Amino acid sequence: MFYIYCPYCEEHREEEEFHVVGQAHIDRPLDPDSLSDAEWAKYLYMRKNTRGLYQEQWLHAIGCRKFFNMTRDTVTYEIKETYKVGEQPTVV
Amino acid sequence: MTQKNRLDVNKSANKSSGRINVNKPISFRYGGKPYAGYEGDTVASALLANGVDIIGRSFKYSRPRGIVAAGAEEPNAILQMGATEATQVPNVRATQQELFEGLECKATNGWPNEDFDLMSYVGKVGGNVMSPGFYYKTFMYPQSMWKTYEKVIRKAAGFGRSPQENDPDIYDHIHRHCDVLIVGAGPAGLAAAAAAAQTGARVIIADEQAEFGGSLLHSTELIDAEKVQVWVDKIVAQLNNAPNVVCLSRSTVNGYHDHNFLTIHERRTDHIADFIAEAPKKTIRQRMHRVRAKTVLLATGAHERPLVFGNNDVPGSMLASAVSTYIHRYAVVPGKSLVLMTTNDYAYQTAIDWFYTGRKVVAVVDARANPQGQRVHQARELGITVIAGSAVIDVSGNHRVSGVKVASIDKSGEKITGEIKPLVCDTIASSGGWSPAVHLSCHTGSKPVWDEKILGFVPGKTIQKQLTAGGINGCYRLKACLQEGYQRGCKAATDAGFQQMPQPSFNDVIDVDEEPAMALFHIPHTEPTSRAPKQFVDLQNDVTAAGIEMATREGFESIEHVKRYTALGFGTDQGKLGNINGMAITAKSLNKSIPETGTTIFRPNYTPITFGAIAGRHCGELFDPKRYTAMHQWHEKNGALFEDVGQWKRPWYFPKTGETMQQALDRECLATRKSVGILDASTLGKIDIQGKDAREFLGRVYTNAWAKLAVGKCRYGLMCGEDGMVFDDGVTSCLGENHFLMTTTTGGAARVLEWLELYHQTEWSDMEVYFNSVTDHWATATISGPNSRQLLAELTNDIDLDKDNFKFMDWCEGTVAGVPARVYRISFTGELSFEINVQANYGMFVWEKLIEHGEKFNITPYGTETMHILRAEKGFIIAGQDTDGSVHPYDLNMGWAVSANKTFSFIGKRGMAREDCVRPNRKQLVGLKTNDPKQVIPEGSQAVNDPNQPLPMDMQGHITSSYWSANLGHSIAMGYIKGGINRMGEKVYYPQADGSVIEAEICSTIFLDPKGERQNV
Amino acid sequence: MSDIAVMDQVPDSQEVNAKAESPLFHIGAGINTHKDANSAGVLLQEDKLAGHLLIRGNRDDEAFNIAINNVLGTGLPKTLQCIYVDELSIRWVSPDEWLVICAGDKVYELEKRLRAAVQGHYAIVNVSGGQTLLVLSGDNVRDVLMKSTAYDVDDSNFPVGKVVTSTLAKSQAIICRRNEDVWELVIRRSFADYIWLWLEDASREFGLVVNSK
Ligand SMILES: [Zn+2]
Repeated sequence: MFYIYCPYCEEHREEEEFHVVGQAHIDRPLDPDSLSDAEWAKYLYMRKNTRGLYQEQWLHAIGCRKFFNMTRDTVTYEIKETYKVGEQPTVV
Repeated sequence: MTQKNRLDVNKSANKSSGRINVNKPISFRYGGKPYAGYEGDTVASALLANGVDIIGRSFKYSRPRGIVAAGAEEPNAILQMGATEATQVPNVRATQQELFEGLECKATNGWPNEDFDLMSYVGKVGGNVMSPGFYYKTFMYPQSMWKTYEKVIRKAAGFGRSPQENDPDIYDHIHRHCDVLIVGAGPAGLAAAAAAAQTGARVIIADEQAEFGGSLLHSTELIDAEKVQVWVDKIVAQLNNAPNVVCLSRSTVNGYHDHNFLTIHERRTDHIADFIAEAPKKTIRQRMHRVRAKTVLLATGAHERPLVFGNNDVPGSMLASAVSTYIHRYAVVPGKSLVLMTTNDYAYQTAIDWFYTGRKVVAVVDARANPQGQRVHQARELGITVIAGSAVIDVSGNHRVSGVKVASIDKSGEKITGEIKPLVCDTIASSGGWSPAVHLSCHTGSKPVWDEKILGFVPGKTIQKQLTAGGINGCYRLKACLQEGYQRGCKAATDAGFQQMPQPSFNDVIDVDEEPAMALFHIPHTEPTSRAPKQFVDLQNDVTAAGIEMATREGFESIEHVKRYTALGFGTDQGKLGNINGMAITAKSLNKSIPETGTTIFRPNYTPITFGAIAGRHCGELFDPKRYTAMHQWHEKNGALFEDVGQWKRPWYFPKTGETMQQALDRECLATRKSVGILDASTLGKIDIQGKDAREFLGRVYTNAWAKLAVGKCRYGLMCGEDGMVFDDGVTSCLGENHFLMTTTTGGAARVLEWLELYHQTEWSDMEVYFNSVTDHWATATISGPNSRQLLAELTNDIDLDKDNFKFMDWCEGTVAGVPARVYRISFTGELSFEINVQANYGMFVWEKLIEHGEKFNITPYGTETMHILRAEKGFIIAGQDTDGSVHPYDLNMGWAVSANKTFSFIGKRGMAREDCVRPNRKQLVGLKTNDPKQVIPEGSQAVNDPNQPLPMDMQGHITSSYWSANLGHSIAMGYIKGGINRMGEKVYYPQADGSVIEAEICSTIFLDPKGERQNV
Repeated sequence: MSDIAVMDQVPDSQEVNAKAESPLFHIGAGINTHKDANSAGVLLQEDKLAGHLLIRGNRDDEAFNIAINNVLGTGLPKTLQCIYVDELSIRWVSPDEWLVICAGDKVYELEKRLRAAVQGHYAIVNVSGGQTLLVLSGDNVRDVLMKSTAYDVDDSNFPVGKVVTSTLAKSQAIICRRNEDVWELVIRRSFADYIWLWLEDASREFGLVVNSK
């Protein structure tokens, strides 16, 4: 059970209030129609499975309903930081 | 039976009166026989007082076993508790179960009973049959027999049974947050709590025992020149009175999870009664505390390690410290004559304690060549024989120890060097030193590390905000324990943000001097281990030293493999006694060091826990939320049966007395198409969308066009994922130029809202639009059928219902039964249909008015099943039933709902253009008409082109929706067929499990009113 | 038609006697699981048929704040804050979302006044039918909350005037502390029965009395 700092509520909350969405910082291509099938598949399906620090997107579902990003160590489950959508991680 | 082993507590010669109350005798039943004990006893102490030697039969060899320990580490004395069927609780350790009047229990090991045991014949004859890995070797083949084997094995293993009736007790959960959670209320834990509490930090201290004090409860040492119990009482009183401290006794910290989240299992009435019948039920039997702690301080102490020697499992063979505990806490001496086998000074205390009870100490056998510590001298001064440089190598006796064999050993403890001398005794206490209770620190993944100084594993590195103090660090001396507890208690509070420096709760402690202990994990025998008498390592799982050596000989080198091959450390005691000896023996037979071999990892839970405590109040009516609409009580009163749709309770159908389900559905279907039916559609997801970019946003998330939808109009839309696959659908209405109401499927509401927010917040945050759920705000009554307009006309005077002014796919605002409403002329049945939305507080009022005025039209309430049939007659899909995440709009023959001309590449557009999505012969949704009109194809049936084709057959697709249509007088079905849209009129076949084959013809999905005239009337 | 469809959703009581049922109308007053109502540990009351209005907007937009302030008589509460002013309460829900609770028959007028005052990008949604407000008081409310939510309801973390959205049993609630011993829950209509059953059960060991408004 994680204890997660919501950057919008500005305090720690229990994991049961959150949903994990998936890998963070994957931007929708601006012109999907110009992409080859392979390029599109890369955007749509290819995800990292990092051992160590990993940026992922979460939603404060039972709370402020805001999406945010988290840098988490997938080995120790330590959360290094959480930050708002549009911001960049400071721990990499 | 008399309590023959109970000390006369009134006799002044006895140094200890224990912590029992001899003025409160208690009677209880064990194995069907009556026994007597006292308040303050555990079942174990009372049974020992009564001279009960055998408490169970061993798991594999069916050997008689007695009580070994005095706490959570007890491997043998496992009880099945409960006076009635409903109150049965398995896996209770007799050493932890307090006595209460009328307690009923029996041993769980042993079948058919612990005194005479069927398995003993197997065990005696076939000891070697059940060698390590016997499950794998013996029971694997033939596989078909496994179920039979399993039953026998499980019954023979006999670790209790679950009740067959509902548990009448209440279990619940409570959430707690604290600055400092202290696990264990022994000397270190209490000193830490006393310190942390002074800083003002929120402190929780939990201990599994009935009383706080831990090892001090049976100690004869002094703190500030007074008995340690005086200090314990003082600190406990302080903590109890502190408003910032929560003291939890009888509370086991069972799991240590991520980010300092811990679960504590509190047993609130298990020590009072089998079941507390109180009306109204108020008493909580067990409570799970779910704790989030800023800092955790583990002061869990250590478990004494037994020594491994021949026949060390005969009843009467106990841990040294357990013997002292029984003497001091319970005034019980579990035998007449004692031999103590030790590798360390501390255990001498047991011989001294025994001596003072007036019973005989035969000898102390010390593995060390020349012990000279303070306690050793004290024992010698009392006249106790000390046999140094020697070990007990074998035990005689069958149902009780009758003597031991002692031999001198070499310095390394690997060889017998002298003659074997027999000693007569009925109790053999052993101590191989102590193993820190590192279990909780392992739960979060931290690996314990070997500490050569203390000959044990101590907690390893962790990222948790965790501190440790006392025995868990191998710090065993009282003064050091108290000091470490104080220091770590201060640090825990500081780490949690409290600056104040507290005073220590003690001044002066004089420790007894001790000499180093000897590392001895396996006492040698004159015979090689494989031929020596059984030397038990893990009593609960009957793992012997020979078994471990055999496992390594057979090639198992990883300790985790040895564990699984031999079952070392399995079972309910989780290897609390046997693990370290087992690892040391493994290491030695692999010629490796203990650190190289490592240890297995302990996992939650520390001790067995009831399902009741895990479930808490999330059971029965409260198991899962049930969501109701505003009209639910009407449905109940009118005999609806309900279907679960997500968490919603939706009326399924409304049977009249004597009707079968099919009869009810036929009636509901016919009445709706003939006159008027009414459906509670409140559960559909509804999302209010406002903002100047709302229209553009809709165009991006739906596949079709929204740019030109005029105010007052409604439109059906398909929603796809980026992969082009349909995941939801619904009608969205234009309420204002910048205002829309989106509807979703009942089950998809939360997901769709999350989907919209995801794209708005992370991709298109510059778009000016807000989304809010109004699902619960509007109650929706849908009236459908040719008479629905007439019915509505009776209840409104401000809505123009003229078919040309209020057209199909229009909505308008007005009053219905005097209540402000939005009425949408949309249809999921293909009939003339109005969806009446009112603020939910008025839902029931309007519904009842519709029913009242509908009577003359034979208004018929219908549920989800009739809704499904009516829409299937029209070929309307249900997202989630006719779609499964692998179909795009064209597969559904719904290309009309895709607008390729939108400037923005809407979600799903690129996905459905991928190579695989545009290939021919994709499975496509079609209608299916059976040859025999009465035959309804079971949903899920698989289509083939040729029913006589040899296996494997070419699968063509499956049925997604299939019903009997009373309106059409024949069955209807929808399903997927490869290339189906271009195969109209072809035959396909649906082989059934019973061997029959259903023949069907591919047709349009629209079975009724293909031109859509009925909804436009 | 205008850009936004605004609608008075409450029937005119002069014209029609429409019975309104709040989400927990059926539990009514008079439930008392305690032998002495005065010493019950938990008192529960539903603030029935109140007006609930969601406001969405950009709190960094000065004009938006001023406009709201002019209508409500107070600025919008900051993160995790709740403000009570006259007949209104305003709860922070999210960085761009606030919940205003007012009398049920005032909600349409309030929405109109807000819409008249506020310009630019914002949204106002009437959700009065979709949720309800429970007021809990008594010595044991905190105990009941500790059984029901994982959120820390200790004084040190949950002072008067704080509001959070969190889990409540297997549902959720907007939890607000109005006074030292008065706590408020805003719950969704469809979950109301489940939450009522849960609270009734969790209160059992302390005694529960249901008051009518
Ligand atoms: Zn948040």
